[in-house]
Parts: sequence; C-alpha cells; structure tokens
Amino acid sequence: MDIVSGLAHGFQVALSAQNLLMCVIGVVLGTVIGVLPGLGPPATIAMLLPLTFKLDPTGSMIMLAGIYYGAKYGGSTTSILLNVPGESSSVVTCIDGYKMAMKGRAGPALGMAAIASFIAGTFGVVALMLVAPPLANFALAFSAPEYFALMVLGLAMVVLLSGDSLVKALLAMLVGLWIASMGTDLFTATSRFTFDRVELLGGIDFVIVAIGVFAVGEVLGNMEPAKPAEMLPVPKGLRNLMPTWDDMKRCRFAFLNGSVIGFLIGVLPGAGSTIASFISYGIEKAVSKHPEEFGEGAIEGVAAPEGSNNAETGGALVPLLTLGIPGSGTTAILLAALVLWGFKPGPLFIQDSPELFWGLVASMYIGNVLLLVLNLPLVAVFAQLLKLPAYAMYPLILGVSIVGVYTSASSMFQLWLLAAFGLLGYLMRKLDYPTAPLVLGLVLGDAMEKALRQSLMMSQGSLSILLRPIPTALLAIAALLLLVPLVRKFNAYRVRVVEREVG
Amino acid sequence: MKRFLRSGDFWSGLALAALGAYILSEAHRWVYMSEDGPGAGFFPMWYGGIMVVLSLVLVAMSVLRPARAAEVRWKDVGRAFTCWIAFVGCVASMPVLGFAASFALLTWFIIQGMFGERARIAIPVAVGGALGFYALFELGLDLALPHGIFF
Repeated sequence: MDIVSGLAHGFQVALSAQNLLMCVIGVVLGTVIGVLPGLGPPATIAMLLPLTFKLDPTGSMIMLAGIYYGAKYGGSTTSILLNVPGESSSVVTCIDGYKMAMKGRAGPALGMAAIASFIAGTFGVVALMLVAPPLANFALAFSAPEYFALMVLGLAMVVLLSGDSLVKALLAMLVGLWIASMGTDLFTATSRFTFDRVELLGGIDFVIVAIGVFAVGEVLGNMEPAKPAEMLPVPKGLRNLMPTWDDMKRCRFAFLNGSVIGFLIGVLPGAGSTIASFISYGIEKAVSKHPEEFGEGAIEGVAAPEGSNNAETGGALVPLLTLGIPGSGTTAILLAALVLWGFKPGPLFIQDSPELFWGLVASMYIGNVLLLVLNLPLVAVFAQLLKLPAYAMYPLILGVSIVGVYTSASSMFQLWLLAAFGLLGYLMRKLDYPTAPLVLGLVLGDAMEKALRQSLMMSQGSLSILLRPIPTALLAIAALLLLVPLVRKFNAYRVRVVEREVG
Repeated sequence: MKRFLRSGDFWSGLALAALGAYILSEAHRWVYMSEDGPGAGFFPMWYGGIMVVLSLVLVAMSVLRPARAAEVRWKDVGRAFTCWIAFVGCVASMPVLGFAASFALLTWFIIQGMFGERARIAIPVAVGGALGFYALFELGLDLALPHGIFF
C-alpha cells in the first residue's frame, strides 16, 4: 500500500463514528491530564490500558495516542498561567510563557503555544508517515543478532539520558530485566524467580508494574504538601488569545526549528520531549537577533519548545511502530498495549496491520486539529481544572489503578503486587533512580533475551555472530555512549587529584 | 554517625547488591549453556553479575565521596508511607468489605486524615466516589470489582 492510498484508508478508519469518538476522548483526556500537574501520560495510559481490553484495538490505540500527544498541548497552559509545568516537557515554556503572562500577554502566549504545537505536531505526523514505511522496509533484513544489538542500543540511550547518575539508571534497567525474566522460561520450561508462587509462573504483568510505579508511586510522591501557586487570569475572547501578525513573523524560524528538532530527537530512543524542547529553545536563542529578550518574555521562547515537544511524538512513534523499540516510558506502555492486543510492532507491522497504522496516522491529523480548537477557545475552561483540590484527584487515581489491575486478572495477588510496585516507584523517586529505564528493561527484557539466545543458537554458542556489520556498529555505538561519560568522569577526577597534589 | 550511613545510595546499593547475589545464586542452579544453546541461567547470570558490580560501585562511591545529602523531610516521607499503609489496608480489607466500602474508607482517610478537610466534605466525597466507581465499572462497563463477604 503506497502512502496516498494508505492515508486514504487511514482516514476511512479514523473518521468512523466510533474511532472519531475515541480520538475526541483521547485528546480531551490528554489535555486534562496535561493541564493537571502531577499526573502524566504514562500513569494515565497505564491506568486506562486494562479497561481497553474489551474494546476495539484500533479505537483504543487512537485514544491512548490522543492522551499521549494531547497532554503536551495541555501542559503549556499550566506553565504559562501558573509557572508550574503541567508536563515535564513544558518546563522550558515556563521561562518566557510565564513572563509574558506577567506582562499581561497571557493570551498571545497561550495562543502561540497552541499554534506552534499544531504546526509542529502536524509536521511530526507527516514525517512519521514518510519515514516509517521505508525504515520498516530496511529493517526487514534484520534477524535476531541485529534485533538484540538494536535493543541494547535503545536501552543504552535511555540509560544515558535518564537522570544524573549513569550507575543508578543502569541498575534501574537491570531490575527491569530481572522482573521481565520472572515466570516460566519459554525455551526450557524452567520456573525462574517465582518464589514458589503459582501466580508468578506466567510472570508479572507489565500493566501492574507500570501502574504501580507511575500512578501509585506518583500519588505517594505527591502526598508532600506543596505551596499553592497563584494562577494568572485567562483573557476572555478568542481575539485576545490570538498572537499578532508581528508575533507570527517573529516565530517563523521557531516553527521550523521546533518541528525538525522535535521530530529528530523523537526518533532517538531515550531523548524525549523534555530534551527536545530544551535543545530547540537553545537553538532559538542562539540564532535570535534579540537573545537578550529570552527569559524576559520572548514569544519565540514559547513557540520553539512547545513546537518541538509536539513534533517529538511523531518521531517517537517511528522506532516504536517500525522496529518495536520504544524510546520512553510512555512509548514502552504503548508497545505493551499493542502486544497485549495481539499485534507485533516491527518491520512487518505496517504490512500486517495497515488499518491500525494508517488509522492511527490519520487520527493524529484529526487530533491535532481538535487540539487546536480545544486549546484556543476552550483554554479558559481547561484552566478551571487547576482550581480542583488535590484531595479529589488522588483517591480517584488510586481507585482507577485498583480497578485497572484487578479487572485484568481478577486476582487479589495482583493488587498486592500493585501495592509493592507503588512503594518501589515512590522509593525510586525519593532516591533519584529514574523510572524510564526500569520500564524499558521490563518491556524489552523478554524480547532481548529471546533475541540473544536465538542468535547464540544460530552460531552454536559463539558470540562471533554479533560481529556481523549491523550488530557490530550498533553495539559499538552503545558501548561508546556508555563509556564516554565514564571516561570523562574519570578524567575530571584525575585532574582534581593532580590539582590537589600540585596545590 | 558517618556521613555515608545517611546516604540513600549506600543503602540502596547494598540492597541491590543483595538482589544481584540472589539472582546469581538462583541462576547458578539452572543450565547456563547446553548443546541446544544458552539455557535458562544464561541471561540472569549476566545481568545478575553486572548488577552486583554496579551496586558495589554505587556503595563504594557513596563511601569514598559522600555527597552532602539533602535534608530528608521525615514528615513528608511519613505522609507518603501513611498513605501507602492506608492503600495496603484498603487492599487487605477488600476480601471482607468489598471494593466499594474499602475504597470509600481509603478516600475518607486521605481527604480527612491526610488533607485535613472536614467530615462534611470527606464523607460525601468518599461515599459518592465509591458509588460512582461501582456504578461506572460494575454496572456500566460490566467489569468485576473485588467482592467482600457481604457484597
């Protein structure tokens, strides 16, 4: 199926009444959780995932993806009006967005955030549509050794870019691999790490870990009393939300910068939308004729990061759908969702499931238009959510978590596991262990072990099979990524010691 | 008290080293490599070994270069643990009280006990929330929620 007929088929799928409704639910829910600080897309998608098992997978995927990219639109509202990022990817928007609001330009800041998000988000979908099919064709030549090396590279990038401590990120990833190997080994039927519990013979359901670590852990972390922030008013009327023509002209490069940087960073596993928004903000400031205005309320400082964090979504879906490699916690949950529904993300995904792939792409065009409508005239309505008391939200999250986990297996044992993983999620946050490597290790662990063992079976146990050109290149990059920071750290330590001795 | 003994890295490193040792001891019992290829112990042996090494590196770093630990606000940690214990209590009471009553008690505890709201707010929200969940999931979506002895 070529791109034009694929897209036409996709619109047929996405415009059906049921899928359109799922798209609306997804983007509205995404905007809501984007506006609310403390509840992110991974927690929401993980909580809702078990509830989608009885629904049509295409509609469910459209809804979950809507939550993923919708949250990025909503996050800017909180950044601009409250100086608190609704989403981690909207941190940079606080810098100039809040300053603009303080100067009485909240309307144009909100309007520009929505417009930049729409332009870059749409660019991301176009690029996804153009890049994914040829990449999938290229990856058709991959077999077990290439896949193993690719997964190692994906994990290495996530580990490298998660948090301040490489050691802690690696340890979190290894714990994820350990949880993934619990249950019956499918090659030899050996029970591993089951603690003599029958319930663990099938392994631990990914959903329980994701909901525990992201949702319950998040609630426990938010139990600390926060200082109430004062919300700036939203200007009334659509006219007061629209940026001026001069604002639009100033942001021409920011739209392009945000779109391209966001998409490219999105394709890289581990980098994520927060890094994309920081980089595009930095580039925008570097090339600006008025760099001194950045930090004081420059409208380009809103357009570039908001654009890039939305274009990142399209980029992040490329490795997820064509290679089966997720690059973040949220895409890891989406991968788990696809697998649980019976799909196999990878090079054959577009060929085998054209309805899902093209339906999703088309729904993202529709979703971006819906989000522009939601985030311009209705922004004042969503801003009212910030007045909701926290005490109403936390029991709701815990309740949905319990329902989500219990209904997936109807077992009280799963709820005990949920409580345990909730505590683990809280402790990880408290001790500065990043959660994304754990989730990725868990999602990829099984496939990675399978690919490695298949590779070694092909070569009668010889590691030389990993010396084929593609695996060698990928493993060398992974090793470099992990070794360079260590060498740098060692060098800095050596310099300090020499200076101390000389001094 | 030595500074590193107050470090979260030191204790979490020790805990992870113990986990790594456990993984290695379990993996040791399984086949590492057979004629057919790698066995069940192959992969755990590798990541368990790496886990032991890395966690000992973390412990060593926290002993040799103890960072000035940020002050732990025990009151906040206590609040989080209180909430977790309430959540565990909610799960434990479900086989007896059922989902609706257990969840109502958890909601009431969080709103009144932890956020200090008055009973006239906490009780209606708790009861309304539990009934809302029951109506939506059990009746509306036909999903089975945990049932207790009474209902």
